[in-house]
Amino acid sequence: MAVKVIIPTPLRPYAGKRDSAEFKAATVGEALRRLTTEFADLRKHLFTEDGKLRSFVNVYVNDEDIRYLAKENTPTKDGDTISIIPSIAGGCS
Amino acid sequence: MSATPTLWISGHLVEKIRRHGAETYPHECCGALLGRDAETQSETPGREVLGSHPLVNRRDDSPRNRFSVTPNDVLEAERVAREQGLDVIGWYHSHPDHPARPSEFDREHAWPWYSYIIVSVLNGAPQEITSWRLNDDRAEFSSEALEVRRRAAV
Repeated sequence: MAVKVIIPTPLRPYAGKRDSAEFKAATVGEALRRLTTEFADLRKHLFTEDGKLRSFVNVYVNDEDIRYLAKENTPTKDGDTISIIPSIAGGCS
Repeated sequence: MSATPTLWISGHLVEKIRRHGAETYPHECCGALLGRDAETQSETPGREVLGSHPLVNRRDDSPRNRFSVTPNDVLEAERVAREQGLDVIGWYHSHPDHPARPSEFDREHAWPWYSYIIVSVLNGAPQEITSWRLNDDRAEFSSEALEVRRRAAV
């Protein structure tokens, strides 16, 4: 058993076209690090250059937003599912 | 990507997006593009918009030059797409009194793969409509050909 990370459709081309990947991880941050180590091309679309999650990238553990838990230190256990969902944003200036 | 990507869309849907931009002027409008993607199957990458799903701009603080769609809105758009056997293949928004060109703010908040349609609305009247895709390196958008036609199948 492990933690399952669901890879959103727009990022699948950077993850070998896979829709999910499983990792042994004790926290959300560790799972995301393992994900972006295995699929290095994913990293820049999830994290800024200084390693912070991009502001429009939202991460959920079993439907709970990690912002309201312990952020990237949120503990994970076998069988948990991590989802990555963007907030779509933009503007003309 | 070797060939210029193409986004097919009906004239009816283009009008719907333009109308949405006019209705929300001087605020930005936004919505989801529902459709099918065929880019991995063909030498000429292309995808077709088969529906749109208007969304509420959540940026109450600066709706004239910003739009924001919450994760719940994204999940709702994906659910609507699934019910129609489609995918969310991109997003549209308006640029009130600005050109239909992606801004730096647009670039910072985009993912590749999605198509981003922008409609310029000047003094309340919709003008040029364009489509863009973020490059793999996130450095800039590339223009996506927006091909308007009566009906197409991917």
